[in-house]
This record gives sequence, C-alpha cells and structure tokens, in this order.
Amino acid sequence: MSVVSRGFGARRRDSDERLPPGQYLADDFPVLSAGPTPRVDTDTWEFVIVGLDGIRHTWSWEQLHALPVETITTDIHCVTRWSKLGTHWRGVSVENLLEQVGQEGAFAEVFSYGGYTTNVSRADLMRGKAWVAFEFGGEPLAPEHGGPARLLIPHLYFWKSAKWVHGLNLREHDAPGFWEQNGYNMHGDPWKEERYW
Amino acid sequence: MTTAPLWRVASVVSARAAGSHGRVIELQVDGWPGNLAGQHVDVRLTAEDGYQAVRSYSLASSGPGEVLELGVDEVDDGEVSPYLVEDVRPGDQMEIRGPIGGYFVWTPEQTEPVQLIAGGSGIVPLIAMAKVHAATGSAAPMRMLYSVRSAADAFYADELVRLSGPHLTIDWAYTRSIPVGFARPAGRVDAATIASATVPPARDPSVYVCGPTGFVEAVADFLVAEGHSPDRIRTERFGGT
Repeated sequence: MSVVSRGFGARRRDSDERLPPGQYLADDFPVLSAGPTPRVDTDTWEFVIVGLDGIRHTWSWEQLHALPVETITTDIHCVTRWSKLGTHWRGVSVENLLEQVGQEGAFAEVFSYGGYTTNVSRADLMRGKAWVAFEFGGEPLAPEHGGPARLLIPHLYFWKSAKWVHGLNLREHDAPGFWEQNGYNMHGDPWKEERYW
Repeated sequence: MTTAPLWRVASVVSARAAGSHGRVIELQVDGWPGNLAGQHVDVRLTAEDGYQAVRSYSLASSGPGEVLELGVDEVDDGEVSPYLVEDVRPGDQMEIRGPIGGYFVWTPEQTEPVQLIAGGSGIVPLIAMAKVHAATGSAAPMRMLYSVRSAADAFYADELVRLSGPHLTIDWAYTRSIPVGFARPAGRVDAATIASATVPPARDPSVYVCGPTGFVEAVADFLVAEGHSPDRIRTERFGGT
C-alpha cells in the first residue's frame, strides 16, 4: 500500500495503453549519454562482428547500405522514464548480419565508438527485433542521437540501443556492459520494468 | 543480480525556494542506506485515487544520513515538478527508491584535480560533490564553473559562497544579465570560457558536466576541443520533459 501524497494528481497526463508501467510520453527526443558525443566519419566507419573463433567480419558504410534496408515504425522507451510512440527509422536487420557470421554465441557485447558497451542476448537480436539504424524521422541520424549509426532494439529499454555502434563481440556467456556495471538491469524489458539492479 | 530495493516512505522536513522557479526539499527517509555524491533517486507520488507518477531526481546530499535533499526546477507543462515546487509542504509524504547510478559520482578517495561544470539546476549533483569534498577535508583541487541566466536563478548561491576557498574555486557565467561590476559579459559558456575558467587538460582533471541537454552537448564538445580526453568527461543531461 503506497502512501498518498497530499494534493498530488491535479496535473496528470492522459494514460495510453502503449506506455509500459512507469513511463510518460515525451514530445521531444531527450538525450541520455555518459560522456561527450563522438564524431564518427562514415568514410572510416565500419560495423564489426567478432565470432567466438575470433574472426572479424566487417561491413563498410557502403556495404551496409547495399544490404536490404528496412523501414521500422516503433515505440521507444528510455529507462529515465520517457517514451516516444510511433517513431520512424531505417536500418539493416541485425539478424541479417548475424546469419552471415554463424550460429555460435548465445550473447553479444555491443561496443561503440567512444567506448560504450552494453550486453544483449542473441535471442533479443533475432527475428526482426534489432537493427543497425542510420535514419530517424526521414533524416540521417544526428550525432547526439547516436549517428552515423546506432543499434535499435526497441523491445528493450533504450540504453540497449547503443549509440555510435561499432560492432558485436559474440560470447558464450552474458557479461555486464557499461550501464549494467553501473546499476542497470542485465536484460531491460520495459514491460517488466527491468530498470535497475 | 540482486533484488531491487523496496520503496521507502519519505516525509518532507522542509522546502525552500531555490533559483527563480525551483525548490530545495529535505526528506526524512527511515532506513535510507546512504548514497554517494552524484547519485539519484526515483520519486513516486500517489494521488488519492491511486494514480501514480514516478520521476528521477538527483540528490544534493550524500553520506550515511537519513535526511535526503532534492533540488527541483519546475518544468513548464510538467506533471511532477510543479507539485514538488508549488504544492508540497512539511509533513507531506511520498516514496523514494535508490540510490541509483554508479558512474556520475565523486568519492573522497579520488585525489586527482576535479572540474565541475553546471548549467542551471544541473548544480544539484555537483553541490553534493562540493559538500562532501569540503566535509572530508579533501586535498584534491576542485574547481566549479556555474552557468545561470542571472544571479537570481542560481541554486545554492549562499552555500557556494561558503564552500569557496583554498580547495574550491568557483567561476560564474551569466547568460542573460550580469551582476553589477561582473567582468565577463552576459553570454553562453563558449570555448573562451572553458579555456579561461576551468582546469586545463594538462592537469588531467576528472570533469563532471550536468545541465540541460543543449548545454551539456556544447560544453562537452568545447572540452574535447580544448584537449580533454573524452573518457575523463562524465556527463548528466536533463531531457526536455
């Protein structure tokens, strides 16, 4: 039983069944980052998947764009409690990239230009649930939102959608990334409120 | 992985005006496990009919005590901050969960030079760092740059005056109007401000930047351009809502 906060509730916002528990609607696109925004040149950008065998599979900016590009319309949910509904993205399915590497490795360490890391399971990257995204709202993805390319895993809290993504290190076992070592959840399902600890 | 701590009841001890549209609120939280300077909490408010809203707020306090201090700036069209700034009074209750966040923190074990840079109510986690720095007699050189619209918009103006001394240098930047006799003209923090009023990269300081997103983005870019290593710069941004 929660305590009642006297007089609270006069300014409440409309609820929306598309909002996971504890989230509120944001009209703008707030930014959450731990440090300065890296500037990454698409001439030297690459996406890398390192398999369990240590072999590096790389895609240049041009090679990535030569793959099937999908248009994604999705809701996104930040652990700091804002959500945006019906956002529009374009990108390449991570599943498509993983299939070119193989089936080994149940987990991945996602690593970014600038040093950020986060951990996800292969299951969360498969079946059309994750993309390497390079367009938002019809425009190239802005640097403060992770451009030139970020991961997009909208069924998890948005810190898993690593900005400035550089690649995946495939692993047999799960291990915490940057925010996961600093108090955030290993999985991050917004519908289960897997925020912290 | 450990279990998420429970929500704890928090009772308002005091609430006083801060800046031109903000408030500093003291909360008594029985059983609070203590927190580091720079950490934040989730605040949960429940209406008479059971409706709830939760928001995260940085703490201006740190250490083992059971009295926590929130610094809250009122957001236009906000739902929670207008309640905390305008309506809440001593004796009122809410719930608190935390502490949260293990990265944007400063601990007295750190001995390297420190540069704190705040915009507006972004001072809240940084004043926690300045207070524990003073309270522990830390010899780590600490410098703070505080950007506000005008003198009236500053949070913790009196406390900052008290805290400044041999181990804490405070530089002010006013973006709209300057106090009488202040040398720097009104204007946003720019590359020249960073060059003249912060610890230089040669001393390899830990830098903490907190404020609205636009402020933090700009300041972090200036710091990198000035020569600071990106991995020495920790940022905390406030979103628009």
